[in-house]
Formats: sequence, C-alpha cells, structure tokens
Amino acid sequence: MQNEPIHVLLADDEEDDRNFFIDAFKELKINVVVNVVNNGQELIDHLSQTHVSLPHVVFLDLNMPRKTGFECLNEIKSMDHLKDISIAIYSTSASEKDIEETFVRGANVYIKKPSSFSSLKKVLAQVIALNWQYHTSGLNRDHFLLSL
Amino acid sequence: MKFYTKFDINLICKKILQEQLDKLELSYTLVGFSEVAINEAITNEKLKQLSTNLNSYGIEIVENSKSVLVQKIKDAIIEMVYTEERLPVSTISAHLSDKLGYSYGHLSNLFADVTYTSIENFVIMHRVELAKQLITTDELSFTEIAYQLKYSSLAHFCTQFKNTTGLTPSVFKRIIIKRRSPSINAPLYV
Repeated sequence: MQNEPIHVLLADDEEDDRNFFIDAFKELKINVVVNVVNNGQELIDHLSQTHVSLPHVVFLDLNMPRKTGFECLNEIKSMDHLKDISIAIYSTSASEKDIEETFVRGANVYIKKPSSFSSLKKVLAQVIALNWQYHTSGLNRDHFLLSL
Repeated sequence: MKFYTKFDINLICKKILQEQLDKLELSYTLVGFSEVAINEAITNEKLKQLSTNLNSYGIEIVENSKSVLVQKIKDAIIEMVYTEERLPVSTISAHLSDKLGYSYGHLSNLFADVTYTSIENFVIMHRVELAKQLITTDELSFTEIAYQLKYSSLAHFCTQFKNTTGLTPSVFKRIIIKRRSPSINAPLYV
C-alpha cells in the first residue's frame, strides 16, 4: 500500500482497550506505527511536542478523565498545525447525538467500539485504507465522513 | 468573508502540469489525465527538477510499470465517473479491459495488490464522492442525484451511500450544513 509507515495515535483511558487496539494492528498486515496515550491531556501534550512527527490518524475515546474526547476534538480542530489530522472517534457510545455532534465538530470517522476482536481488526483496516484513499486519490477531505 | 469553492481536480492537475512543464521549456504532449509524453531527450537534472517542482503540489512521477498501470486504471475509472455521459457500472469491467488491453482479471488482481482496495470499491467510492459533491452544492434533489449517477433507483442510491459512509444522504447533508454554520464555535453543552 505504501512504503512509509502510517502513524496512528490512540487516546483511551481503558488499558484493555489500548491493548486490544495495539494487538489488532499487530495482526493486520499493514505498515502502521501505533502510539498510545492514557487520557485527553496526555494527547494534547503529545501533539504539542515539537520533535514528534504528527500522526496521520488520531483515535479518540470520548469518555476520558481530565480532558474529554469532545474537548480534545475542539482543541485539535482549532489549532492550525493540527487541524488536518484525521480524527477517528473510538467510543462505546453509539448515540446518534454523539455521532452527529462529533462529525459537525470536525471528526472524520466514528467507530462504535466493536465487541469482537475480529471485527475490531476489520474496522481498523477499513479506516486506514479509506484514510489513505483520501490522501492519495484526489478526494475532498471535507467530505471524509465514515460511521462504523 | 467566507466562501466555499467547488473545483475540477483534473483541470487543476492539467494546469499545474502545463505550467511546470512550460517553466522548464520542455516540448511535451499531455496524453491522458495523468500521462505526459516528453517529445525530446530530457536531462536527468531537468527530470529531477520537474519531479521536485511537482512534488510540492503532491504530484508524483511514477516509474514502475505496475504503478503506471494502476494509475491508468484509476484515470479510466475517474473519467467514467466524472464525465457527463456516465457509463452504467455493469459495463466497467469490459470498458477497462478494452481500453487498457488486459483481461479484467489481470487488472483487478493488480489493482488489489497495489492499492489494497478492489476496482469495484474504488468505483463505488468515487461515485459516492461525486454524490457528496452534488449534495453539498445543494442544487439537486436526492432523486435527481440518483438519476444523474445512473443508480437504478433512489433506494439503491441511498443504500449504497449508507453502506459506504455509514450515514444516510440526509444526515450527511445536515452535518455539512451545520459545519458551515457560524454557530459551530458555540460551546457544546451549555
């Protein structure tokens, strides 16, 4: 698919969810570098460091202590050097209101956390593939919306 | 002031290619959407310069023959989807193999190897992309869009849109409209 690895960053306060996420990417045959942070504040701190290369996709849990996913989304979208990063909401909530609200606020993907490991792998592969298409095939990134 | 634009990607690329090629005073012919024939011997330096200049626009000169063929497949699909006389989806396989001179089986395997997506998905993605463009410019009803994009019915269009994006065309439209409204900066939960 590409020579350069795709960088993804997950912000999630649940350790189990973080581990499933890392394992899922390990089993997928895609060239991906996965980093994780434990909450919203750590995410913003991580993205504010100047020496780290920015991720291509940030996976963002909505319900986190210290700084919620909504707050992170707003902050990321209000910063010029961060606002082009693709944001995938990764949440246990499947409320229509949350889905629509996060999209309106600039999220590109909304993933309802899958209940099985195999569907998690499938969903993550789909997100990476579509994100890549949006970067390489002349599609309008303003229209990049995917709900899974 | 704030405004939105719609644009023709193919025209933009063509213009950029022309400008950059003219800048280096090369004699060339634009063959297809993305194919350039240089009608003279080109020095390595000039080629390198051209490649650097184009890279700043996100345009890459592809050299290996697999990537070239995949690019040709993409061009042919984009041409089919975006030009006025849209061909019915059922004829795409025949059209591609006629146009490129390989069996459809060969093309589809190669495409999947290089892009990790199938030709069918790529076609659907671009049709839905065009639908999104038409939805957000707000000139056509969903029924008219379905008809223009050669879907067999409004229901078929809505189903494919939902399967591809996870959203119905109406929810998609509502989100885009809300994103563009100034109240987006208002606090979320008051």
